[in-house]
Amino acid sequence: MTGTFQEPFAGWFAARGWTPRPHQKAMLDAAHAGEHALLIAPTGGGKTLAGFLPSLMDLHAQPREGLHTLYVSPLKALGVDVARNLTAPVAEMALPITIETRSGDTPANRRARQREKPPQILLTTPESLALLVSQPDAGVLFGGLARVVVDEVHALAGTKRGDQLALCLARLATLAPAARRVGLSATVAHPAALLAWVGCGEAVRLVEERDGPPPALSIMLPEGELKWGGHMGLESVPGILARIRDARMTIVFVNTRAQAELIFQALWKLNSDTLPIGLHHGSLDVAARRKVEAAMAAGKLRAVVATSSLDLGIDWGDVDQVIQVGAPKGVSRLLQRVGRANHRMDETSSALLVPANRFEVLECAAAMEGVAAGELDGDAPRPGGLDVLAQHILGVACGGPFLPDDLFAEVTRCQPYAGLSRRDFDDVLGFVENGGYALHAYDQYRKLFRDAEGRVHVMSERVARQHRMNIGTIVEAPLLKVRLGAHGPVLGEVEEYFVNFLTAGDTFLFAGRLLRFLRVREATVEAADGGTGEPAVPAYAGGRLPLTTNLAKRVRAMLQAPREWEHYPEPVREWLRLQRGVSRLPGPGDLLVETFPRGDRWFLVAYCFEGRNAHQTLGMLLTRRMQRFGLAPLGFVATDYVLAVWSANQPVDVAQLFAQEMLGDDLEEWMAESSMLRRTFRNVAVIAGLIQRHHPGVEKNRKQVTVNSDLIYDVLRKHQPDHILLRATRADAAGGLTDISRIGGMLERIHGRVVHMALSRVSPLAVPVLLEIGRESVRGAEDEDFLLAEAETLVAEAMGRAEPPPFRPRVDTRKLPARQGDLFARRATRR
Amino acid sequence: MSAAPIHLAGERLMLDPAGALFWPVRRALVVADLHLEKGSASARGGSLLPPLDTRETLERLALLVRRYAPEVLIALGDSFHDVGGASRLAAADADRLGMIVRGRRMVWVLGNHDPEPAGNLPGEHVDEYADGKLVFRHEAKRGAMGEISGHFHPKARVPARAAEISRPCFVADARRVLMPAFGAYTGGLDVKDVAIARLFPRGGRTFLLGRERLFSFPLSDVRYER
Repeated sequence: MTGTFQEPFAGWFAARGWTPRPHQKAMLDAAHAGEHALLIAPTGGGKTLAGFLPSLMDLHAQPREGLHTLYVSPLKALGVDVARNLTAPVAEMALPITIETRSGDTPANRRARQREKPPQILLTTPESLALLVSQPDAGVLFGGLARVVVDEVHALAGTKRGDQLALCLARLATLAPAARRVGLSATVAHPAALLAWVGCGEAVRLVEERDGPPPALSIMLPEGELKWGGHMGLESVPGILARIRDARMTIVFVNTRAQAELIFQALWKLNSDTLPIGLHHGSLDVAARRKVEAAMAAGKLRAVVATSSLDLGIDWGDVDQVIQVGAPKGVSRLLQRVGRANHRMDETSSALLVPANRFEVLECAAAMEGVAAGELDGDAPRPGGLDVLAQHILGVACGGPFLPDDLFAEVTRCQPYAGLSRRDFDDVLGFVENGGYALHAYDQYRKLFRDAEGRVHVMSERVARQHRMNIGTIVEAPLLKVRLGAHGPVLGEVEEYFVNFLTAGDTFLFAGRLLRFLRVREATVEAADGGTGEPAVPAYAGGRLPLTTNLAKRVRAMLQAPREWEHYPEPVREWLRLQRGVSRLPGPGDLLVETFPRGDRWFLVAYCFEGRNAHQTLGMLLTRRMQRFGLAPLGFVATDYVLAVWSANQPVDVAQLFAQEMLGDDLEEWMAESSMLRRTFRNVAVIAGLIQRHHPGVEKNRKQVTVNSDLIYDVLRKHQPDHILLRATRADAAGGLTDISRIGGMLERIHGRVVHMALSRVSPLAVPVLLEIGRESVRGAEDEDFLLAEAETLVAEAMGRAEPPPFRPRVDTRKLPARQGDLFARRATRR
Repeated sequence: MSAAPIHLAGERLMLDPAGALFWPVRRALVVADLHLEKGSASARGGSLLPPLDTRETLERLALLVRRYAPEVLIALGDSFHDVGGASRLAAADADRLGMIVRGRRMVWVLGNHDPEPAGNLPGEHVDEYADGKLVFRHEAKRGAMGEISGHFHPKARVPARAAEISRPCFVADARRVLMPAFGAYTGGLDVKDVAIARLFPRGGRTFLLGRERLFSFPLSDVRYER
């Protein structure tokens, strides 16, 4: 049987004036042949229908009760959307199919009923699936499963959520071996990895829909001077507003939530035509986000300012313009966003790039070149998290007893865990059982036990309950709700860290409003409308994306190709010409390092182009090395392109500084101390079930003993350094942050090719990074004691107790304390 | 590691960056809030935290005892996380404790987590300990002078660049010293919390624990925070 459409499907398509697309037919072919399939197609191409048609047709040909198709997507709202879209054809063709969604939002009684009398098609999230898998009746529920459809698979694979989902798919493969798996994906750089992910050890047919013509990209500069540094892009707002006026519906993409708030605010200040413009980001209240999405779908908005929160599947309605403010950071992301404007496949989609400073102009140009060259980027797959495995093992045990050998075989079928060693598996299992502590096994409080046949059982219903309450792989920084007044609507959430800076009366910008901070009560921030003065903007630790390797390479190449410069705007050309006159341009294969004195300190600026994360790490290692060389480093700051270090003594022997031995002892020591590792450990500990999730304000059960994860980390590191959770942490850090290998690669490449320009003053190319000093949060800077010493000295100076040194880091005068010498009473303003 | 000298009721005391206090004239070493066996206490609630905190805390204490060779060792209360804690001590840890205490006077001031003296521990148990102008107790009493106490696990947050650093700290003024918690798993209470702030109505100084030394900042005058 080929993929031809039978009635009533052919008729239904015809009635809509649709022709079945090639990839929809191909997916049907795969289903008829009993194959798993991966569909790679740009959004808006009937992908979802392609995923479901085989299910609808199968159920029409052979109606039956019980769960037939399981659909999993990363977003609850996506499931809701898809359900709505599916209900139309099912109703119109009078198919005997019930479709339901299931997520954390589903009420308890409906959830119970879904388990007893499941719909034929169930749409759910990875977390809800993990919950279902942990129930003793999972075998019954999934016994007749015919298809599993995973949507936005490119956004899931390679993440911990994806790891958890992969493990659940392996479980389903055991419970329902006949079920076929289908992945739906946007265009990606590594299809092979996705094929393996969907396959779970079995072959998968690849169905690819060619992209339409490449999008038309252009760059828009602000009126007036193009800035040297800064990322917000506020100078371009008048231009953005003009473009919004000229289009039907625009999405203005920004890189951070703080930027979204600022741009939204700035647009409204100029919005004399009162065009309806909305705001959408991950920390806004869910209801507010739904409202914006609904308004978009209904065509009621002219523009939405959004972060990546709008990236996934939701129907964008009639978006015909995409504006990307700030550099796009990666080609794949840009393409995925741009491709969604102008849903009709034959029209060329277009996007406007709005760089915020001179360097970003280069980045935007590099992205445009990357798009034209069809060069996609993206990280290679990393092994699955051991913490996720721990959570999964406990979930499986809650569903019923298992033999470790069987579970090991099952778990290693899926791609993220294909390389899992038996030792690691046994250690994870041991951890789940009783903590896995060499010196003292918790026998009395164990969570799992083994029977005489070696089968592993969950200890008690209490343990199972606790597990089900803590399922999930998303660990966030402590968040506080923001509410208007004591009883008003909840506007969204901010991180606890931001609130620590606020005192009563402070103004801050959030959810598009100027708010006045009143107080924190019961883990909720109470605020009133109408703050005055310069507002603080909540920043989030999730923070800025680093540049992808490919883009960084391009930007570096662009700098070294003067012939190309005529394509750049005049301010950028001037800037690069000046640089060539005063110093030189970074070459493609060398490492340019400039040093110069400035106000009694010495600066070292290294043009590495390895991305901000790598540069942060490099900064730590380099300053330790400089310390040993007697250069007395005082601090550093990193951008995506350069690393700048300032020191008391003049850097000499620069080539020696950048030797590969930096990655020896220095690295080990740094990794041991690193707060990045601590943060990773905290996440690992929560996901693995060692620590309960942080619920600020929730009455802590008196029996619960809470311990800060940092303290546990220190103790484990010292007394049982090979504990499985520490191994999981190191694996996470090494995998998630490829910067160590990037630095290693860089150091090897530039060996013997360090070009040192000893200048008498700052070079034009170095100005942007120097402007970052004082503006940048140096939370990444590891040496807290160094920072404490500096703070102590500042306070002493302010109180007249110490003589200030000749050089001081730039102090934002708005950040000075209200009362001299009292840092605890500082007024909080942040950029 | 360098300790910082302060004066209280005419006596010179040394604050050690490891979180202990030393009184040279009496050769007395003071630590507070050890919360031993907090890890094993957590297991009851389903959190199988590494039961290694006791060993870590005792090893740190052993280091201090080696450095200062005190004649008197005072533990200012909450030495065990709960009443059954002492009985859960692993044999190796009990030995460690024995070695720390050998050859010197051990004074256990009772706290709210460990209000009863544990039968199997070496040393004496008291509600408070006074010597000359100084008094050592678990929880500060209003109006006291020359008092050294624990209980509150003080920690201070210092804005540094655009970040914030939080450390356990001593808090001191002319009348009293509040000690940081010494236990490996102990958390902290911000010094701006009213419970601590009201003990220092005319302000004072905080001494944050660092790797090699203490970092000192003024405690703001009366700024209560919920």
